[in-house]
Amino acid sequence: MTEEIIIAGFGGQGVLSMGKILAYSGVMEDKEVCWMPSYGPEQRGGTANVTVIVSDERICSPIISKYDTAIVLNQQSLDKFEKSVKPGGLLIYDPNGITHAPTRKDINIYKIAATQKAQEMGISKVFNMVVLGGFLKLKPIVGSEFIHKGLEKSLPARHHNLIPQNEEAIELGKGLIEAVQVL
Amino acid sequence: MANLDIVKPENLVYTKTKVLTDATMHYCPGCGHGTAHRIIAEVIDELGIQDKTIGVSPVGCSVMAYNYFDVDFQEAAHGRAPAVATAIKRLNPDCYVFTYQGDGDLAAIGTAETIHACNRGENITMVFINNGIYGMTGGQMAPTTLLGMKTATTPYGRDQKLNGWPFQVTELLAELPGTYYVTRQSVHTPANVRKAKAALKKAFENQKLEKGVSFVEIVSSCNSGWKMTPVQANKWMEENMFPKYPLGDIKVDGEIVKK
Amino acid sequence: MAKELKLMKGNEAIAHAMIASGTDGYFGYPITPQSEVMETLMAEKPWETTGMVVLQAESELASINMVYGGAATGKKVATSSSSPGISLMQEGLTYLAGAEIPCVIMNAMRGGPGLGTIQPAQSDYFQSVKGGGHGDYQLYTIAPSSVQEMYDFVFDAWDIAFKYRNPVLILTDGAIGQCMEKCYVREFVPRWTEEERRKNAPWGTWGKPAGRGHNIITSLELDSARQEVFNEKLQRKYREMEEKEVRFEALNCEDADYIFVAYGTSARIAMKSMELARAKGLKVGLLRLITLFPFPKKEIARLAAKVKGMLCVEMSAGQMIEDVKLAAECKIPIEHYGRFGGIIPTPEEVLEAMENKIIK
Repeated sequence: MTEEIIIAGFGGQGVLSMGKILAYSGVMEDKEVCWMPSYGPEQRGGTANVTVIVSDERICSPIISKYDTAIVLNQQSLDKFEKSVKPGGLLIYDPNGITHAPTRKDINIYKIAATQKAQEMGISKVFNMVVLGGFLKLKPIVGSEFIHKGLEKSLPARHHNLIPQNEEAIELGKGLIEAVQVL
Repeated sequence: MANLDIVKPENLVYTKTKVLTDATMHYCPGCGHGTAHRIIAEVIDELGIQDKTIGVSPVGCSVMAYNYFDVDFQEAAHGRAPAVATAIKRLNPDCYVFTYQGDGDLAAIGTAETIHACNRGENITMVFINNGIYGMTGGQMAPTTLLGMKTATTPYGRDQKLNGWPFQVTELLAELPGTYYVTRQSVHTPANVRKAKAALKKAFENQKLEKGVSFVEIVSSCNSGWKMTPVQANKWMEENMFPKYPLGDIKVDGEIVKK
Repeated sequence: MAKELKLMKGNEAIAHAMIASGTDGYFGYPITPQSEVMETLMAEKPWETTGMVVLQAESELASINMVYGGAATGKKVATSSSSPGISLMQEGLTYLAGAEIPCVIMNAMRGGPGLGTIQPAQSDYFQSVKGGGHGDYQLYTIAPSSVQEMYDFVFDAWDIAFKYRNPVLILTDGAIGQCMEKCYVREFVPRWTEEERRKNAPWGTWGKPAGRGHNIITSLELDSARQEVFNEKLQRKYREMEEKEVRFEALNCEDADYIFVAYGTSARIAMKSMELARAKGLKVGLLRLITLFPFPKKEIARLAAKVKGMLCVEMSAGQMIEDVKLAAECKIPIEHYGRFGGIIPTPEEVLEAMENKIIK
C-alpha cells in the first residue's frame, strides 16, 4: 500500500497539522511516512499545502506531482490540484466558497461541508479533523487506535485534554462526507 | 655553557619566568611585544594557572605568540580571536582564557567579534596591543593610526576625510555592560611595566568572578614601522599617542571611572 | 540501539542527534531553511541535561570560529547553516582543515548565487568538495537523503572527524531539512568525560599539565619546506579516506542498462523515476552517492564498464557530473539533468530526461 496525498487550503485552516497528525498516526502503525510542506512556486498564491505519503514500503521521492488523493479546502487549491489527481484517484473538497466545482470525469469526487458544520457546532478549531475523518472514511489507511496515538504525539501535552474533541470531530467527518461522482 | 654556570645563584637577581619557552623571540629590538609577553607569563606563573591557561594569538606580529608562551595555545584567523576564545571558555569554564591581539586584528577586521564577545560578557581576558600601525604587513595604516601620521598606505599622513578618525575602541568597549574591567597601560618604562603587570593580574584574577570581559590595552611603540630608533619611538609615543590614548583605568569593577 | 520512533523534520533530526551523540557544543547563526536546528536545541535546553553548550553567535563568521576554538580543545563541536552562511564560513573551514580540527558542519543548501532563494538546491557541490576556501584541503562530505540519515550521519560524522582529525560536512538541502519522516532515535551517548577527551584528543588545548609540552593549534607554517611536508601528510589522509571511507547505495544496478547517479533529494526523486522506468520495462538503476568526498570513483568506473549510459540528476547546473565523467573516463554517454534556483524536478521529468538524453 502506498497512498500519496496532497492537502491544500488557506493558511490557518490547519492543513499542515492535519498532515502531521495523519503522518504521525502512520508512524505509530510503523508505516513509512513522509510529510513535505509546500515548496517552490507551489508556495505562491496564498495557499498552504502539504504532501503526505503513507506506505508499507520505503518511500522514494518526497516531491511528487501526481497524487492518489487531493484534499482541497479552497477554490485556489481546487484549481491547482484537480489536474494533479491520478486517473481513478480521489478528490475531496469542502464546498465552502467553491464557485467552480470540479469537472474531471476520470476521478472519484466527494465533498465534505466541514467549514459550515464546524461553525454551526462551534468547533472551528477542529475543522481540519472533520475533513480528516471524511478522508479516513473513504481510505482507512491508518487504524483508529493509531490515529489516537498520532494525536497524542502531535499535540503538545498541554493540549492532550482536547484529544477527545479531535476524535469526535473525526467521527463527525466520517458521517458528513458525501459522494459527488463515483467511478 | 648555560647562564646559571656563569651566574652564581647567590648573585641571580633576575631570570626568565618558566611560563615563557626558550624560543628566541622574533620581535624587533625596541618592540613592546616581548615585555608584554613576559609580564603576562609572569602573571600566569604567579597565579599558578599555567596548567589551566589557554591563549589565543592573532594574525599580525604576535601571530606566533604560541611559540613563546609555555601554555596551550591556539592561533586564530585574522580578527576572530574573541569568537575562538568565547567557545574555549564556554566549553572549558575552569580554564583561564586570554586573547592577545593587535590594533588591526581587534579593531578593524575583527571589530564585530570584539564587540560581541564584550557585549556578551564572556569571562575572558583580552589583551590589546595598540601601536597605531600594521607592523607585520609592513607599516600600513591601522584603525588607531593618528591623524597626520605617515604609514605605507597614508604616505602623506592620515587624512580624516580620506581615512576616517583614529578609533578609540577601548573607550567604546568600556561602555558595554559586558565589560567588567577596562584599562589602558604601556610597557615603555619600568614604572609602567609594573602598572601594566598589576592590571594584567587583576584581569586574569577577574575570570574567577564571572562578571565579564577584562580588557587591557597596552599602547606600544613600533619603531620599525614608525621608522624611528627605539628611544625616539618611546618619546614620540609619549608626546603623540598618549594624548589620544591616555593611560589609566577606564572601567573598574563594572563602573566607569574615567570619561 | 534504537530507542524510540518519532516523526520529525530533517533539521530537527540534526539537532536531536547532536544532543544524543554527546556533542559538547553548538554555535550557529539563524538562516533559512535550517533555523530549526538551533531553535530545537534552544527549546530542548541540553545544557540542563547533557551539559551541551548552545550559543547564538553574531555571524556565521563568528560561529565557525567558535567551532574552531571549542573543537580545538578536543571537544565535539558543531554548527549548521545554509549556502550564503556557509560561504561566509569558508575562511574558518580552511583554517579548521589546516589545523586538523575535528568538527561537524551541516549545510542545508538553498538556491544561489548570491542571496538567491530560500528553496532547496544542490549548487554548493563544487564549494563543498573542491575547496571553497583556499589551499589544498578536503572536507569529508556526506550527503543524507532521508530524515533518518540526517540523524544517523551526525553519529557517523563524529567517528570520522576524530578518526582523521578532519572537519566533516553534512551536505543536505532545504527539502530534506524541511520534510518530516519517521526516525528511530537512539539511546544517548554520554558526552566524553575529561579522561576520554584527553585520550581521544591528545593534541587538544585544554591546559598544559606538568610533564607534557604545550599543545599548539595553528595552521601557520612559514617554512615552505615544512608546509609542503604537512600538505603531503594531509594528502595521505585524504587518500586513506578514499581507500576506506567511501559510501554509496546501488539500487537495481546489477541488471541495469542505464543508471541514474544522484545524491540527497535528487536521489530520492531519481528513485521514483527508476520505479516509473521499471514499470515501463526499462532496465534502469540508481547509484545514490552517500559520500561526495571521498567520491565513489571505483563504483562508477565499475558500473561504466557494464551499463550503456548514465544520467546525473542534480539540483544545479551540473557540478557532480564532472566527477562522474572523470570516474567513468568517458567510456559511456553521461548527461546531466537538473533544475536550479530552488526548483525541484519531478520524477516524471527526470525519467523523460533519461529517455531523451540517454536511452533515445
